[in-house]
Amino acid sequence: MSFIKSLADRERVFDFLVPAQSPVDVRHGPILYLEDVSVSFDGFKAIDDLNLTIDDGELRCIIGPNGAGKTTMMDIITGKTRPDSGSVWFGSRHDLLTLNEPEIASLGIGRKFQKPTVFEALTVFENLELAMAADKRILPTLTARLTGEGRDRIEEVLDTIGLVELRHASAGILSHGQKQWLEIGMLLMQRPRLLLVDEPVAGMTEQEMERTAELLTGLAGKGKQSVVVVEHDMGFVRSIARTVTVLHQGSVLAEGSMDRVSSDPKVIEVYLGAEAEEEVA
Amino acid sequence: MRMLPRCLSGLLCLCLLLGLPLAAQAQDDPGQALLAPLDTASYADKGEAIEAIIASGDERSRRWLEALLGGKLQRHKDTGQFVVVVENRGRSWPVVDALSFEDAGEMSRRELDRIGINNALRGQLQGALAVLDLHADEVRDRREAARELLGDVDATLAEPLRAVIDGEEDAEVRRLLEQALAIHRLEEGDAAAVDALAGSLNSRVRSALNVASRSEDPELAAAATSALAGIEQKMKLNRGLETLYFGLSLGSVLVLAAIGLAITFGVMGVINMAHGELIMLGAYTTWAMQQLLPGQPGLALLLAIPAGFLVAALAGVAIERGVIQFLKGRPLETLLATFGVSLILQQLVRTVISPQNRTVVSPEWMSGSIMLNEGLSLTLNRLYVLGFALVVFAGLMLVMRRTRLGLEVRAVTQNRAMARSMGIRATRVDILTFALGSGVAGLAGVALSQLTNVGPNLGQNYIIDSFMVVVFGGVGNLWGTLVAGLSLGVINQVLEPWAGAVLAKIVVLVFIILFIQKRPRGLFPQKGRAAEG
Amino acid sequence: MWLTRPFNERSTRLFLGILLAALALVTVLNLAVPAGHPLHVSTYTVTLLGKYLSYALLAVAVDLVWGYLGILSLGHGAFFALGGYAMGMYLMRQIGDRGTYGDPVLPDFMVFLDWDSLPWYWLGFDMPGIAFLMVLLAPGLLALVFGFLAFRSRVTGVYLSIITQAMTFALMLAFFRNEMGFGGNNGLTDFRELLGFDLRSDATRLGLFLATGIALALGYVLCRAIVASKLGRVSVACRDAEARTRFLGYRVERFQLFVFVVSAMLAGLAGALYVPQVGIINPSEFSPIFSIEVVLWVALGGRATLYGAVIGALLVNYAKTVFTGVMPDAWLFALGGMFVLVTVFLPKGIAGLLTYRFQNQRLTHRREGEGATTTTGRGVSA
Repeated sequence: MSFIKSLADRERVFDFLVPAQSPVDVRHGPILYLEDVSVSFDGFKAIDDLNLTIDDGELRCIIGPNGAGKTTMMDIITGKTRPDSGSVWFGSRHDLLTLNEPEIASLGIGRKFQKPTVFEALTVFENLELAMAADKRILPTLTARLTGEGRDRIEEVLDTIGLVELRHASAGILSHGQKQWLEIGMLLMQRPRLLLVDEPVAGMTEQEMERTAELLTGLAGKGKQSVVVVEHDMGFVRSIARTVTVLHQGSVLAEGSMDRVSSDPKVIEVYLGAEAEEEVA
Repeated sequence: MRMLPRCLSGLLCLCLLLGLPLAAQAQDDPGQALLAPLDTASYADKGEAIEAIIASGDERSRRWLEALLGGKLQRHKDTGQFVVVVENRGRSWPVVDALSFEDAGEMSRRELDRIGINNALRGQLQGALAVLDLHADEVRDRREAARELLGDVDATLAEPLRAVIDGEEDAEVRRLLEQALAIHRLEEGDAAAVDALAGSLNSRVRSALNVASRSEDPELAAAATSALAGIEQKMKLNRGLETLYFGLSLGSVLVLAAIGLAITFGVMGVINMAHGELIMLGAYTTWAMQQLLPGQPGLALLLAIPAGFLVAALAGVAIERGVIQFLKGRPLETLLATFGVSLILQQLVRTVISPQNRTVVSPEWMSGSIMLNEGLSLTLNRLYVLGFALVVFAGLMLVMRRTRLGLEVRAVTQNRAMARSMGIRATRVDILTFALGSGVAGLAGVALSQLTNVGPNLGQNYIIDSFMVVVFGGVGNLWGTLVAGLSLGVINQVLEPWAGAVLAKIVVLVFIILFIQKRPRGLFPQKGRAAEG
Repeated sequence: MWLTRPFNERSTRLFLGILLAALALVTVLNLAVPAGHPLHVSTYTVTLLGKYLSYALLAVAVDLVWGYLGILSLGHGAFFALGGYAMGMYLMRQIGDRGTYGDPVLPDFMVFLDWDSLPWYWLGFDMPGIAFLMVLLAPGLLALVFGFLAFRSRVTGVYLSIITQAMTFALMLAFFRNEMGFGGNNGLTDFRELLGFDLRSDATRLGLFLATGIALALGYVLCRAIVASKLGRVSVACRDAEARTRFLGYRVERFQLFVFVVSAMLAGLAGALYVPQVGIINPSEFSPIFSIEVVLWVALGGRATLYGAVIGALLVNYAKTVFTGVMPDAWLFALGGMFVLVTVFLPKGIAGLLTYRFQNQRLTHRREGEGATTTTGRGVSA
């Protein structure tokens, strides 16, 4: 009886917050594990001996000045760039370096790009439909029909990202902030185990930022998604971060709580120096 | 080179001036003293007289001896004047004086006495004539004479040749003569003679060795066979070098055609399908220059270099301003639009000039060839084009690396927005880049006009190849274009002998298509985040 | 199920209605109106129209990959020609011993080249079933191999365009060779009959015209069905944001390959219908210029609409017929000018002009019809 009740209860919980059955094995440790990863472009070391561990359900913020290797790190995790050396593990079973982007994506790693990337020629609804966890092979895609369940899921996400009214508008006409949200919504439709979010609040208003913070903190948690956020906006990081990792010149400079990290003299020197540079540029 | 005809004509005048008095005073001519002893009944005395003529070194010796051999050296019965019969048909023969070689009118056959020879003398004369040229002043003439002797030496010649060798200064002449003697020895069955012939590429040497290799004497046959194998080896090397040369030549054409494209495509990301027609314009400019300056193909060609550059550059700017600037960031549309331009340009040439091919003359200094050894000669026009391609490449490298324009171009390539914010006027850079790339296409056309037909389809024949070169080399990389162009040219030439020209081309295209699968960014890709954009 | 989806779309119904009405009208004007009457459509014209329709099918195939997948193929002429050659080989075998040399098996050109037997790849082409299968398989296979290699290594954009052009160029050179066994320069010609019907008879010609029209209709519906399915939306996704699509878990290269192969097969079908009507297939169909011209038809008609491709193909080819008859020299000027003008001033083509008028109507339609299944006539961001 209580079992049924709990089922009924769960029905009311946002469906997308429950990760799909993923083969990721996290019983023996972290969900994401990077060891001694290095990559260089034409002699420039973008990533230099990087070590990083993300625990299951953790919300991690990654900060660092321009060129610290944040985006390259994301490229490596999602299979876009192959490192020269090192290993990257998703759970204890999957060696990400042997997989390509769609395989990594279907394992349950979702990624939001630095520049919001949505399918501008399609409607908001269609964008979410494409992102929905489904059989993504060719023939099933050709014959796919939207089920009632799927439609409900899309509606739920639309509600979450506040684009209900615009569901039939083409994504190309959305504002910058709305595109960011749509992209996050698409990630949610994927039901990933690990979310990689590159600069989610760039170009957002104060109010939008608050909602984004709420959403991201709500996502992360034990048995739910792990979230890695790369962000420049220190205020935003402070508002969501539990653990912060500082990257500098392709490797980890410091790691810990926001307070501890921001009082680290090395970080201050590097980060403030970079900020100053940015202002000049 | 141009001095030579003038010198010759000067010499001729001098001869004429000197010749007239000489003819008048024939008795004082040493020639008279040389010829006089021939007028004897004794063949032994005649033989000595011939020896004396050869030893004299007189310029006229050859003509005398030839006339003697042909029975045309005759003596006037009454005056004792020696004459050479020009044509001995009919009753009276036209003759020339044997000393001055000036027209001496016609003489009746009855008035003339032929200076007869027998077989022994005939042999002596033939040998002497062959050796005679070996006394020429010009080393080149002596070498030519020695080469002529290969395979033609017989027992009578052997002795005089040895004497010549001893007196010869030029090593090459000596070597050739040794070989000539060796062939003679080979024919007599001397196996040791093979050593002197080993490594020679001359066809007569090879045929002599071939004959010897079938000899019944096993020692001789074996020696000849191994020498032939050595020669075959050397010829293979020669053929290899020749293929390499043709390959590099074709490659240099590809580089020329492609390098302008490498600039416009690499820097601006613009696919200019009309690039081939810009090449065509360059070629037609050369033709037009030659029409303007008739009789001076060399000067016209030199002037065509800047003119072709200018014409093509202006056309390029017109295309950029007229079409491409409206299609920024839409590469596929640019491709289509410029293809339209290429159709228009082709048809324009067909309508305004002619649908037929035009002939562009090669100046004298570009025709002919350089002979590296007996089996290998390089045609000059291809050598010039190869050199021209390298000069153009070096020039472009200089522009890109050392000038302000090059710096700005590279900046715009790497980050357009950033370059603009640094105060670089990207539009101006675009125009200049396009003008540069197009101008280089014009230069390619000038060069191509020396190698192929100039016609409305000229550009079309090169556009696909050019794109292949750029893509193969890696977009935006001039070195890549150079390496890719040259290597594709060589690959093509290497394949040609066993696959045929068409199949070789197909194989190369398929190779590139497969190569691009393996390395989508070419031989020398740009790396990093900027390249991903 | 997904195949019938297009019949619910107004645009498809309209298109099919116009096409079928036109087919019927031409048939009536050809058969029922006596020759000499101003409204009579001669058999010559019928065949000409049939040729246009096969071009239109080719244009639809090109629009499928270019408009919806973002792959500008400059080599679709190769698929068209391969289909044409497959059909041509069948027609050659049908000649039998009625050729100049009277050989019961070998086509004339092989006798001329002193060949004593058919090359292995000619075997089976006397059977229509196998030959018609090859019409689809030959171009499909080429597209499969080529596409597999290209898409796997993520060759896209202008690079892909250039190598497709190189592909068709290489094939053209290859087919020019006599040793290939496809008739070299002259290609395949002197056809007599198709499935027992005399190719020179008026009835066969009308039949071929109608068959081409129906093939165009079916091809159009197939493409529409693909476009309107979720796969069609994934294609658009690949076109506009390839990386994003990949990160959503779609194997972009497989989708590209699927659509590319389908498109190549349609092009092959178009070629097969073209050959019996024009009576010849030779290597010039492989020429890069032809392929790029096809792209112009699509660009003029309007990318990513399918019906635009049909309009473009018909218009340009009609113009070509008129021009080359009246002032042949001007045709290349006109063609070149069209390339420039269309890309610069009419990026959405003629269909773009039409869509603008119906925009509002369609928006309301979409809201009523549960939205997500229609993607008609949306603008294309280049």
